[in-house]
Amino acid sequence: MSESALSARGINKSFGSLIVASDIEIDLPAGVRYALIGPNGAGKTTLINLMTGMLRPDAGRIVLGGDDITALPPDERVRRGLVRTFQINSLFPHLTALESVTLAVCERRRVASTWWRPLTAYGEEVDEAHAILSRLALAAVCHRRTRELAYGQQRLLEIALALAAKPKVLLLDEPAAGVPREESQDLFAAIAGLSRDITVLFIEHDMDLVFRFASRVIVMVGGRVLLEGTPAEIAADSRVRAVYLGKAHRGTAP
Amino acid sequence: MSSATIDAAFGPRQFLRAQNRWRWTEIAFWLATLLPFVLTPDYLVLASQIAITGLFALSLDLILGFSGIISLGHAAYFGMGAYTAGLLSVWGWGEPLTGLLAAGVTAGLFGYLTSFIIARFRHLALIMITLGIGLLLQEAANSASFITGGFDGLQGIHTWPILNRFDFDLYGRTAYSYALVVLFLTFLVARRIIHSPFGLSLRGIRENGQRMPAIGAATRAHIRTIYTIAAVMAGIAGALLAQTTETVSLETLGFQRSADVLVMLILGGTGRLYGGPIGAIVYMVARDQFSGLNPQYWYFWIGLLLIAVVMFMPDGILGGLALALRRLTPRRAKD
Repeated sequence: MSESALSARGINKSFGSLIVASDIEIDLPAGVRYALIGPNGAGKTTLINLMTGMLRPDAGRIVLGGDDITALPPDERVRRGLVRTFQINSLFPHLTALESVTLAVCERRRVASTWWRPLTAYGEEVDEAHAILSRLALAAVCHRRTRELAYGQQRLLEIALALAAKPKVLLLDEPAAGVPREESQDLFAAIAGLSRDITVLFIEHDMDLVFRFASRVIVMVGGRVLLEGTPAEIAADSRVRAVYLGKAHRGTAP
Repeated sequence: MSSATIDAAFGPRQFLRAQNRWRWTEIAFWLATLLPFVLTPDYLVLASQIAITGLFALSLDLILGFSGIISLGHAAYFGMGAYTAGLLSVWGWGEPLTGLLAAGVTAGLFGYLTSFIIARFRHLALIMITLGIGLLLQEAANSASFITGGFDGLQGIHTWPILNRFDFDLYGRTAYSYALVVLFLTFLVARRIIHSPFGLSLRGIRENGQRMPAIGAATRAHIRTIYTIAAVMAGIAGALLAQTTETVSLETLGFQRSADVLVMLILGGTGRLYGGPIGAIVYMVARDQFSGLNPQYWYFWIGLLLIAVVMFMPDGILGGLALALRRLTPRRAKD
């Protein structure tokens, strides 16, 4: 019944002889929590780059809410509701958390080109930014400069910036990368608490987190989609065990 | 839910309002700009040139300090404004205020056109491109000597009294008053820009230009806007120089002027609004004093000054002062 919020149709991309995406077909139904898993170098981040317009596919189309957005630049895709976060923090070091999110809110509300009115006239925008930070438990540190925030708080700020853009589809590239285990639980709880209007796709290596927070899982290997299914189906699949879970286990075994 | 947080002692709105507020140091600075009338009435001509250069440096600060756009050809817009005002006067219209306006419009138009190139590049490429734009314009002005006077400069400028009342005098009283008022008004505009939503976006571009598209920002449009605004301001500064000195030379467009203004801004401190004016004061007073001491080797002392300032105050004079102030009052700074 629900049409897909975001789809990739026959996406191909190669750098010279290196194929990083090959015939990728993905359909993300609205409101679903998707996990994107796969070994290192499988092309997960590349896929996010392709869908958000940071890379151009050699072939194929990206469709957001029924509109073909393949030719649109990244910022236009964000304004249409396709928003991402980054695996490595990409923030504004000398801006405070509140300033950063206010900046993103002003951009979304199309007031960021206004140079003749002071920011103090935009109380609503500031309040909205503050509300987003509160939801992610960052209100207490919202006047601190980004670079003075703890690493886990910076990861949350990444998500806050994305939320300020009012995403319809949110692509999270390893949101808990580098965060201690106990904190990553909280972080994913915050993600799970997001509105059901938002379709979420996250890349994650920790299988416990994947199985707890994803309603469906996509497995990528070598630039291809190997499999898509429910967490239970994925866990039971022998090919997934072989290429992904098995490898991880072998890596930790003595 | 959010009303509770706003009522807190230091809510989000209060925080922003506090940033916008005039500090006592700012008021002291602007009061101090009146001192030359009383203390050094013989130096008002120099003071007027400092005010003009300070305005020029302020315009560079908007693009370099607040948006991270490096320029080695900012004099192109300064010279464009100078020639516009100068030519208007030569052609028989010496009214200064409309001259300023025309200069701002011309320089802004040229700034807008070139901004489409500027917005596509960053870092080293920008240095080359801005340098190229400056050189192109200077050569164009040189070869169009039938209009610009070429190497000999533009002759025959006569500026009418301001508002038909204040005649330009030999001692520079009117020139300094005029330059100071224009500097202050332009400064108010720049200050307003910095504290606007647009100003916040500019800081975002400076801090992390790569991230801006990912929050939906039309970065290039922002850069085009600020570059155009900066060009208008540089043009107004150029017009002030043409009107108060009643001469325009090719040097107003030249590389040396672009480099000097960059040095002054870095000396004063980028991204602080006052860095340009303060850098202009220190640099030009030092140049005046050193060249008086030793007419041949004064650049030696300027070089020494630059190295000393950058070694001990990497963020410029204002950056150093801010740091010193923070160290002196560690308690109060945290409150």
